[in-house]
This record gives sequence, C-alpha cells and structure tokens, in this order.
Amino acid sequence: MINESVDKSKRQFLTTALTVVGAVGTGYLAVPFLSQMQPSVKAMAAGAPVEVDISKIEAGQLIRVAWRGKPVWVLQRSPEVLATLTTLDTKLSDPQSNQSSQPESSKNPVRSMKPEIFIAVGLCTHLGCSPTFRPEVAPHDLGADWKGGFFCPCHGSWFDLAGRVYKGVPAPTNLEVPPYRYITDTQIIIGEEEKAA
Amino acid sequence: MNLKPTRLRMCGNWVLDRFPLAQVWNEHMAHYYAPKNFNFWYFFGSLALLVLVNQFVTGILLTMNYKPDAKFAFDSVEYIMRDVNWGWLVRYMHSTGASAFFIVVYLHMFRGLLYGSFKQPRELIWIFGMLLFVALMAEAFMGYLLPWGQMSYWGAQVIISLFSAIPVIGDDLALWIRGDYVISDATLNRFFAFHVIAVPLVLVLLVFMHIVALHEVGSNNPDGVDIKKSKDPWGHPVDGIPFHPYYTVKDVVGVAVFMIFFATIIFYMPEMGGYFLEHANFIPADPMKTPEHIAPVWYFTPFYSILRAIPDKFAGVIGMGGSIVVLFLLPWLDRGQVKSIRYRGGIYKKALMLFVVSFIALGYLGTQPVTPLATIMARIFTAYYFGFFLLMPIYTRWEKLKPVPSHLTTQPTLEERIPDMIAVFNEVIKTESVTTEEGATELKQRFNPTGAKNVLIRTAKNLKESLD
Repeated sequence: MINESVDKSKRQFLTTALTVVGAVGTGYLAVPFLSQMQPSVKAMAAGAPVEVDISKIEAGQLIRVAWRGKPVWVLQRSPEVLATLTTLDTKLSDPQSNQSSQPESSKNPVRSMKPEIFIAVGLCTHLGCSPTFRPEVAPHDLGADWKGGFFCPCHGSWFDLAGRVYKGVPAPTNLEVPPYRYITDTQIIIGEEEKAA
Repeated sequence: MNLKPTRLRMCGNWVLDRFPLAQVWNEHMAHYYAPKNFNFWYFFGSLALLVLVNQFVTGILLTMNYKPDAKFAFDSVEYIMRDVNWGWLVRYMHSTGASAFFIVVYLHMFRGLLYGSFKQPRELIWIFGMLLFVALMAEAFMGYLLPWGQMSYWGAQVIISLFSAIPVIGDDLALWIRGDYVISDATLNRFFAFHVIAVPLVLVLLVFMHIVALHEVGSNNPDGVDIKKSKDPWGHPVDGIPFHPYYTVKDVVGVAVFMIFFATIIFYMPEMGGYFLEHANFIPADPMKTPEHIAPVWYFTPFYSILRAIPDKFAGVIGMGGSIVVLFLLPWLDRGQVKSIRYRGGIYKKALMLFVVSFIALGYLGTQPVTPLATIMARIFTAYYFGFFLLMPIYTRWEKLKPVPSHLTTQPTLEERIPDMIAVFNEVIKTESVTTEEGATELKQRFNPTGAKNVLIRTAKNLKESLD
C-alpha cells in the first residue's frame, strides 16, 4: 500500500498550461475566422471615381449617380433657393457643418464648391435610408415650416437643400458630401479630392 | 410459463439495452406530470414547436431552388412562385409561417405575464425563452433580406445602420456585418448562411434547453399553485396528469384549429394586405431609391416605433435595444408574491391591460408614416412601455393580493355556462306576440333596451370588481 499522498500540483500545472495554450490557439484561429467577414479585396477595390456630365441639368433638377454602390445626388440650385438657405440657420442643428463630414472645399454654409451645384451622398445620416427630394415649399404633408429640402421617409428626418439637418429630428449630422472636383466647368469627377494647388 | 419473446420485441430490447429511449420518453412524455388545469393559453408552446418544424421543412425545400446571389435572388424567388411545382405553396407556408411564429410566440409570452410563469423557480426558462425570441428576430430579419426586394434591401440597410450608432466601434462593426460599404451581394450571401445554418442550430439548441429547464422544475399553471406540494402515495402530484396521452391529445385539438387559420391565410390572403409580405418587396432591390414609405414587417413594428419615437440616433438605438433587454429582467423586476393574475391585485391587472394596449398601439404606429401627432402618440406609449417594467419593483409591492388556494381550482366548463348565457340572451331579447294586419298572432323577437342596459351595467360592475 502506498501511503504517500498524490502530488496534485503537477497535474494542476499541466491542466492550467493546457487551458492557456488552448485559449491562445482558439484566439489565433478566431482572427482569420472573424476577418474573413471583412470586405474582400475585390469589394475594397470597387470604389473607383465616377465622372458626371452636369451640362444638361436644369435649374432645380436633381440627378442620381451610383458611386461605391451608394446614391450620389447632383442638384442644380436656383438663386432663390440659395437665398432661402441663409435664413434657416436658427432651425438647423449644425448650420456651419462643424460636426459633419465633407471635404474642406465644401465646408461652407451652402456646402459646395460652386454654390449652384450641390453634391451629396443621398443616404440619411440616421439609419441610411435615401431621403426623398422635396423642393416644393410648404407642401400639404410636411406643413408650413417646410422650405424645400430632403425628407427621410423612414424616420422623419428633415434636411435643407444644402443637406443640413434640422433640429429635433433623429439624424445626428448633415448629409455627407463626397470628395469631388471639377475637370471642366461641366464635368465633375466624384470620388477624388481637389488637388491642393 | 414463459412466452418466447417475438422477433420485434427482441429487436426493441436490443436497442433499449444500448440507448435510454424508454427513459427519455417517460421522463419527458409518459411520466412527466403537468397540472391538470391547462387552459387555452397553454396551446402556444407546442404550436411554436409545430411552426418551427414547418419552417425547417419548407425552408429546406426553398433552398433547393433559391439562389443567394444579388443578381439572381429576386428572379429565383419569382421562379419558385411561378415555375417550380407547388413552389408557391412551399414559399407561402414559409412566409406565413414566419408571421405565425411571432403570433404564437407573442401569445406564449403573454401567457407568461398572465400567470407569472417567469417567476421563481422558472427564471431560467424565461431567460432561455427570451434568448429564443432574440434568435428568432435575427432569423426573421436575415430571412427577409433573401428575396432581395426593395423592402428587403432598405430594411436591412436601416437595421445594420443601428449598429453604426454605437460609439467608437460602430462604423467598423456595421462594415464587418455587411462585408461591404453598402448592402451588397456579400451581405446577401452571409445572411443566407446565417439564416439556413447558424441561427437554426442556435434555435434548436435553445428549444432543447428551454424544455429541459421546464421539465426540471415542472410546468406552471393558471392558478400559479405548485402541484408538487401534494403528492399521492406513488409520488405523483395529485393535481397532475401525465403529459402523454392527456396533453398530447389536447394539443392535437390546438394544432387542428391552428391549421384552419394557417391554411386560410396561405390560400386566401398570403400577403395579408401587405402585413405578412409587403407590397414594396415585389420590386427588385434598388440601391439608388428608398421606397416612399418603409416599415418593417408587423412583428418588429412595436420596437421600431420606439426607435422612431426618440429624436436622437444613439438614444433611439439604446431605447430599442432596451425595450428587449428589459424583458430579460422581468423575473427580478416583478416583486409580487403571487404568480397567477387570478390572485394578483388590481394594480397589476390594470398595468398589464395598459401594457397590451400600448404594445399593440406601438405596433400599429410602426406601420404608419411619421407625422407629428403619430410621434407624440408613440412617445407616450414608449414611456408607458418602459414604465410598466421599470416601475414594477414599486407598484407590485402595493398590490392587494387575494388568497391563493392550496389546490388547483376548477373553472366552470362551457356546458355549465350555457344556462347563464341563455338568461342573458332572454334579458336582451324579449319575445312579444304581435297581431299582424291579417289578424293572425305571431311571436316576434324584439331587442329589449332596458334589459341590455342592465346587462351592460352588470358587466361593467363585474369588470371593475375584478380589476380592484
């Protein structure tokens, strides 16, 4: 008969060591498993810039182009619209676009390089619906306060015709303005910044 | 004299010596004692299981013809509807089954609220059930993207954007879920994988745990009385009956009635006026244009209303998530010492009634476009929704409880209620003899306003009494 007690410390050490090694191994394996759900190389390469011809847009007209699978709006604004925009500051939550996303060249009250041509990503900054273009003033369904703008049908966010968000609506920031530059007066390329002069 | 065992019995014994089939059967069916007073509300657990099986069978059949590819998905669903033999039936069984699942599960959960089935010692059953509910919502949401219609696309866009509201990691998390910068083929393909493999496995596992936990502590009942307290000399609860054959047979009746409704919807109103299958989803997904009016399928609308009611992106998402999380906490929020609503105080009855009203109202508002009035209404009902749960630790302490019987009570059966019903009928409708123009007497039944008034007053008094 063996009277000596069993030395459990060696077993304990081996068990702990095995657990740690197993956990580390699982951790390493989780990296490829989780990262394979990231956008693939092909998806990342698909963001090529898009060229838009704006010579045929009439005043007040909005055209949609696809850039990186997102709708991008190109809107020709009339002088009356631009005049209205300056009167709205008190009703907006970020009139100077300090919290919002836009290239430096469009960080101004009308949010564009040339005031009459407005370009924005047509997705609400709330939950990504594409707002509807409602240029008319005070329509029946939106009420007398509506000065023309973009209305998100999903959750009721209001934006003016410079994509600036109103106060008291779910959307936190103004609509995103994508990087763009003019090739000629009537040709725009979306997805490329103006090169620093 | 020993009978020589038959071949069949020998085969049976061969299996039983190697697998505890009889033991499992007895433990969960033949010797599982359930309270003898289960009522209407106790059909929905077994019906949920039936719908789960329906979703599995029809789902497997659908995958045989569906193509999880942004280019082909919409057309392959149309192909199933038009060209595959009985494809329309299988698809409508699956889409109606999704809505039926939520109807059955909501009623099942309401039963829990009525009879305190979430209370000690059944907290874990409630938690597993809530996990099932969350998994079911994930399953339904990802399944809804697969037809690749307008509502599929923009619904997924909105829900995935919810994750981007989380500070710091939100945008990367949403990107990781989509697998692309927008909802695209990559998103569709992974949602297909989750919808047909990952989440169903989780569902099956959770159903198993839900039932194992239930059979460990035993079923609650409409009286909320613990039947294990009084047992007969053989150790069986006096107020219990074996699940099989008593409740298996009872549930078959429930199944038959359910099937009548289910078949009626499948054959006569599979779209349910745009509530089960939304109109905008018959247009292929267009990433350039959101439909004029978008709303989730009806079963998500109460939570969606809460999201819309809060005028701040992050707070809205927290509110929506919180409305689910708070349900998990229910067993610890409710301090009432009595399980069944039959013996609870009027304050809980009123609170629960208002909760049902606000849940249905939120659900309705979620299907409607945003207007200023609707937003105010949604805010009021959202406040009530949270009030019901978060104020529970306070108001359930004030309850005036009624004495709980030591044994299960017997409710009057339908047959026993018939004389009372006839009496009410005779009070409201009086029979008069009328002499017609030709001189003959006729008996005519006339509506009796005073009788009807008395009946209404009595009903109102009874209602008030039971709510006190």
